[in-house]
Amino acid sequence: MNRPFLQSPSPASASASPASIAPASSASAKSAAGMFTAYDTPDFFCELMNRTDALSPPLQTVRDRLAELDLAELRHRTNTAEAQLYRLGITFTVYSDREAIDRILPFDMIPRVLTAAEWDHIDRGVQQRVKALNLFLRDIYHERHVLRDGIIPANLVLNNPNYCEAMVGVRIPGDVYVHINGTDLIRDRSGRFMVLEDNARTPSGVSYVIENRHMMLRLMPDLASGMPLRSVEEYGLRLHQTLCEVAPEGVSDPQVVLFSPGIYNSAYFEHVFLAREMGVPLVEGRDLIVENHRVYMRTVAGLRPVHSIYRRLNDEFLDPLAFNPNSMLGVPGLVEAYRRGNVTLANALGTGVADDKAVYAYMPRLIRYYLGEDPILDSVQTNICAEEEGLAYTLANMDKLVIKPVGESGGYGLLIGSQATQTELDEFRTKLLEDPSNYISQPVIDLSVSPTLCPSGVEARHVDLRPFALTGHNTWVLPGGLSRVALRKGSLVVNSSQGGGSKDTWVMAR
Amino acid sequence: MTQTGTRFPAMLANLNMLLSRYGESMMWLARYMERIENLARLLEVTEAFVRNPDGSPGWDSILQINSDEERYAAIYPLPATEENILAFYITENANPTSIRAMAHMVRENARSARPLISTEMWMQLNVFTRSMMELSTSDIRRDGLSELCNRLKQDCQTHFGVTEGTLYRDQAWLFYLLGKYLERSDQITRLIDIRYHTLLPGGETPGSQIDITQWGSVLRSAAAYHAFRRLQPVTTTPANVVGFLLKNEGFPRSLMLNLRQVDNTLNALSTHYNLRHQCSPLQERIINLRATLEDQTAEDIISRGLHEYMIYIQDQLAALQAEVSATFWPAAPVMTREETLSPQ
Repeated sequence: MNRPFLQSPSPASASASPASIAPASSASAKSAAGMFTAYDTPDFFCELMNRTDALSPPLQTVRDRLAELDLAELRHRTNTAEAQLYRLGITFTVYSDREAIDRILPFDMIPRVLTAAEWDHIDRGVQQRVKALNLFLRDIYHERHVLRDGIIPANLVLNNPNYCEAMVGVRIPGDVYVHINGTDLIRDRSGRFMVLEDNARTPSGVSYVIENRHMMLRLMPDLASGMPLRSVEEYGLRLHQTLCEVAPEGVSDPQVVLFSPGIYNSAYFEHVFLAREMGVPLVEGRDLIVENHRVYMRTVAGLRPVHSIYRRLNDEFLDPLAFNPNSMLGVPGLVEAYRRGNVTLANALGTGVADDKAVYAYMPRLIRYYLGEDPILDSVQTNICAEEEGLAYTLANMDKLVIKPVGESGGYGLLIGSQATQTELDEFRTKLLEDPSNYISQPVIDLSVSPTLCPSGVEARHVDLRPFALTGHNTWVLPGGLSRVALRKGSLVVNSSQGGGSKDTWVMAR
Repeated sequence: MTQTGTRFPAMLANLNMLLSRYGESMMWLARYMERIENLARLLEVTEAFVRNPDGSPGWDSILQINSDEERYAAIYPLPATEENILAFYITENANPTSIRAMAHMVRENARSARPLISTEMWMQLNVFTRSMMELSTSDIRRDGLSELCNRLKQDCQTHFGVTEGTLYRDQAWLFYLLGKYLERSDQITRLIDIRYHTLLPGGETPGSQIDITQWGSVLRSAAAYHAFRRLQPVTTTPANVVGFLLKNEGFPRSLMLNLRQVDNTLNALSTHYNLRHQCSPLQERIINLRATLEDQTAEDIISRGLHEYMIYIQDQLAALQAEVSATFWPAAPVMTREETLSPQ
C-alpha cells in the first residue's frame, strides 16, 4: 500500500482550523421537458429519431440518455466546449473571409451513432474502393489495360489535369498510391449509404475525429458510459506504421516526417496534431534539402536523411523544378529523388486523377474490372457533361440536379437546381455551355439528418460521413469518421468553408 | 543543481534530431516572452519613479534604453508625449518592440514550434497572445497602465511556470533556455542603464536622497528590492546596487547568474547531444565575457564607465546570438545546391 502524503506542520501559531469547504449544491432538478420535446421529426432519414429499421439498443440508449438532458444543460456544455476549443486554438482558415483568419469549427455535442452492422458494411465498402483506386492508378501509370479494354475513355484519364506524366513507369513501394484516403458518404431517404466522392489526394479532417472524441468524453462522460464505443485513439500509431511500411526498400529504421505548407495553411492545426500523434517532425519546405537525389532535413546537428514523407501539399507545390517554378513551399529536386525510389511520398504523385469527379462516374465499372466484384457501397448516378448524352440530360433537368465543377473541392461553385432562382439557373446554363467538360451532374440526394443544437432548439440538420482509410501492407479503416453537419436550416452543403460544423461519430462494437 | 544540470538519457542523442527551425523558434519564443515581461517592468518603473526635471514621468529614457529614438521619430512627432510613448510601446504595429508586435512574434514562434511544445503551453500562449494583439488604446489609459503591466508580468510568469512544469527536457528545452538567459542578460544591462539616462540631465550628487530613491526603484522593477535589503540592510550605494544586479550569484536576474546559465546550457548541448564542435566557439565567447565581469568590482565598472560597459555587454550578447544562428540554423544550406538547382 502507498504511504500517506507527508503534511507540513502548521506555520501559524494558533491552530485555527480552516473553514470547512461548503458542500457542492445539489444538482438542480432536471426540467421534465427533455431536449427532444420540440424536435420536429423531419421527412428524411434521421440518424437517431426517424429510422426505417428498428432502433438498435445502443441508439436507443443514446436517445434515452440525451432525452434526460434539457436544452439549457446542453447549451451550457456546448459553451464549455467552445471555450475549450478557443483556448486550444483549434481553428481553420476561411479563404473567402479575409478578416477572419482563424475560426473555430463549430462542434455539435449530439453524437452521430453508427451500429456495428452499418460499420461493417462501410468498412468493407471503403476497403474495396481503396483497393480499386490503387489498382487503377498502378494500371494507368504502367500498362494501361483499363484504357485498352475501353472501360474508361483514355482522354478522361490522360488529359486529366491531375494526371501526372512524371509518374509514368515509376515503381513505388507496395504499389500503394493512396496511403491515406477519405471517402465521403451520404445516406439517402431510405438510409442507404452512397459514396459521394473519393478524396485520394490529401484528405483532411481526421484530427477533428479524434479531438471531437476527446471533447465529447470530457464534457459528456455520462453519455458514453458502459457503451461498446470503438476507440479512435490508434490512428496516429497506425499512420506512422503505414508510412514505415512503405518506406524505400532496404531502410531498416525509416525517418518519417510530415511535410506541411506551414503555419498559415488552413489545416496547420491538423498537421501539428498528426505530427505529434506520430511523434515525427513537422517540416516545411525550407527544412528539407535534396543532395545527390536523397532527401535530408536540416537539424541543429547538420543534415539527417528522410525516408518517408507524409506530405500535406498538393502535387504542384512539391517541387519547383518539377512543377510550379514559383512555388516557395516546395523542395527543389524532391520529385526526382522520389522517382529514383530514394524517398516515399504519401500520397503518391498523380492520385488526383482517381478522385476526379468525372472518373467517379466510372468507379463501379472499375471495381468490377479490377476486382471482379460488385461494389459494396453504391455510387450516386452521375451524368458526365463532357459526353453528349450527359450534357443533354443535364440541360433538360437543371432544376432537379446538382451540377458540380469537376476540378473544385470544398463545395465551391456548385449549383443545387431545386434551390436556385431562374436567374441563377440561366447564368449557370451559360457557364455550363461554355465548358461542358468541366461539369458533372447528379440527382439531388435527400441527405440524412441528425438532431443538432441550433439557436432555436434541437433541430434536424443534414449530415455526411468521411471515414479514413490507411493503406500500407494492408488497408485499415479508422472505426469512426468525420460527420459534418450543415448548420444552416435546409442546407445540403456540409463543408466547413460553407458554414458546416462537425459531430463526434460513434461506431459501436456490437 | 542548476536547471540545466539534469541528466539526459544517452539514447536521446540519437532519437532526437531537432530541426534547426524548431531550435530557432524555441529560442525566440523565450526571448520575446522575457522581453515582454521586461518591457512591462520598464514601463511600470518609469511611470512611477522616473522623473524629468519638471517632475513629469521621464518617458524619453525608455526610448534611449531600447534604442528606439529613430523609429519613434519616424512614426510620432517630437517631443514625445506620454500618450504616444504608450501607444508606441503597447499597440503600435509598426514598432517591433511594442507589446502587440512582440505578442505576434511569440505567437508565430509558438505556432512554428507547436509540434514540440506542450498543449498547456500552447493554450496559455494562444489566449495570452490573442488578448495582447487585441489590446486597444482605451486599455492603456494612464490609470490602467499599472494594472496592464501587472497582468503582463503575471501572464509571462505563468508561461515560464507552465513551461518549466510541462516542456520535455531535450534540445528544444535547451534552446529555449538559451534564449531566456540571453534575453535576461541583455535586459538587466538596460535596466541598470535607466539610471545612466536619467542622471545625464540632472547631475545631482551621487548618494543624494533622490538618487537612492531612484536606485530603489530600479531594484524594485527587477523584483530585487527585498533580496538586496536582506543582503545590504544598512547602506544603499550605487556601487552596492550595481554590484548586486551585475554580480550577485543568487539573484535570478543578475548578469552573472544568467551568463553562467548560458554557459551551462551550451555545455549541456555540447555534452548530451554531441554538439561539442558547434558549441565550443560559443562557450569561449561566454567564458571571456564572464571573465570581464569577474575581474572587475562594481566600483571599477562605475569609474571606468557603467554605460560603456553595458553597451559592451549588449554587443557581446548580440554577437553570441549571431553565432548561435550561424551555427545551428545557417541561412544558406550547409552543402552546395548546385546540382539540384541545375535545369533538368
